[in-house]
Amino acid sequence: MFLIDCPWCGVRDQQEFSCHGQAHIARPENPDQLSDDQWGDYVFFRDNPSGIHYERWVHSFGCRRWFNAVRDTSSDEFLGTYKPGEPPPVIAEKKGTGH
Amino acid sequence: MKYSIFSLLRNSLNHHQGWQLAWRSPDPKPRYDVLIVGGGGHGLATAYYLAKECGIRSVAVLEKGWLGGGNTGRNTTIVRSNYLWDESAALYDHAVDLWHGLSQELNYNVMYSPRGLLHLAHSVHDMQEISRRGNSNHLNGIDAEFLDPRQVKEMVPFINLNCRYPVMGALLQRRGGTARHDAVAWGYARAADEMGVDIIQNCEVTGFRIDNGTVRGVETSRGFIGANKVGCVAAGHSSVLAGMAGLRLPLESFPLQALVSEPVKPVIDCVVMSNGVHAYISQSDKGELVIGASSDDYNSYTQRGGFNVIEDTIGAIVELYPIFSRMRILRQWGGVVDVTVDRSPLISRTSVRNLFFNCGWGTGGFKATPASGRVFAHSIAGEEMHSIAAPFSIDRFHSGALVDEGAAAAVAH
Repeated sequence: MFLIDCPWCGVRDQQEFSCHGQAHIARPENPDQLSDDQWGDYVFFRDNPSGIHYERWVHSFGCRRWFNAVRDTSSDEFLGTYKPGEPPPVIAEKKGTGH
Repeated sequence: MKYSIFSLLRNSLNHHQGWQLAWRSPDPKPRYDVLIVGGGGHGLATAYYLAKECGIRSVAVLEKGWLGGGNTGRNTTIVRSNYLWDESAALYDHAVDLWHGLSQELNYNVMYSPRGLLHLAHSVHDMQEISRRGNSNHLNGIDAEFLDPRQVKEMVPFINLNCRYPVMGALLQRRGGTARHDAVAWGYARAADEMGVDIIQNCEVTGFRIDNGTVRGVETSRGFIGANKVGCVAAGHSSVLAGMAGLRLPLESFPLQALVSEPVKPVIDCVVMSNGVHAYISQSDKGELVIGASSDDYNSYTQRGGFNVIEDTIGAIVELYPIFSRMRILRQWGGVVDVTVDRSPLISRTSVRNLFFNCGWGTGGFKATPASGRVFAHSIAGEEMHSIAAPFSIDRFHSGALVDEGAAAAVAH
């Protein structure tokens, strides 16, 4: 079980949260000019690293507000959480996470 | 050695000292016609059909751990083919056809047991979903029967029909059931080995050698191995593998958990799934209740998953089957499942010539093992992708021709 540090209301139990995938995906500003390949990449392709992952969470059974988190998917360790619009913390990629 | 009643009797005479190892452990040769990366059920099945049906005997299967130690050994062993769309129906029903003769074909008992599989409906929406899917199954020649609550009770006498979300009906596929997952990996491995396929365990792929957009072989923890063609069947780790070749796949990897109870006498003789309350259950031949549910919602490669999912799953099981409320859970585990947005697999060429991927089976790949291996083998060996595999190309994420099983069919597998 995780303890997750909601940047709006502090450390809470994982059960109160849900994860909604990769963060910092910007909608293209010129969708009518995109090729099918570019549009497909935007809609369907996501980062899936074994390691550092920036992702969106929502405090569903708490303040119901969204925030971003950076987490190591090879250990599930949370490395930081931050509010939307804030720059992501810089995390040094660890070596030898086992994958 | 052919397994039979006679070999059993013969070996019993010398106290079972004469059994051979089921497969060799050869050192890798410098080069093969085809390399399969990943020694799970799908990879081993691919190697088997390459040797058996495509006449390619120079094949090696590279496995970083041990055979069937990934999702093959971690699933809930369920087999069914009652999918909604024509493309999926063709793929999964081909698998059921192959399951029927598999033990004989491999000379290895995979314990395929078509014991019947129920999908419960708990709401008007569920009823509409099963009638749409059942009718679609009928059009594709797949068996599907609609049951009312009384018939459900006849099949599962201890079910609590009037639970929080009352059971309104069910969709039954009689050909659905279970098979023994380890035996599937071992049976394919043994049969492939017999035809000359090299199965190389503890051999991790660390990179691809690619010249002029064509794959030439793989770098491994045991040195470089050359190949004309490479097929990657690495399930949850497919994205990592694709990254080594400079490719990006439309996959995300999530933990999927399962659990088994202490063994008890036979109590449930079919598989019962419920998408509405999200839990499924069957009983193994050892007597354990085998229980599964949905995947966790965050990307992870940890093979663990969160306790809240277990709690939700057990809550649903106990509500539907109060008889199990005091049973003890013996083991819990997780696997890493690679999920596409349309919940259909990727069986595809890539932009690197002669490099193929078979992945994205998400939460329901075990049931497809024989068909997955067979159509992937023919796709690797032939000039064209196998006709059953063709709709599952990676191109669909750019053309928009998705095979959208996620929204429409059973989300539980």
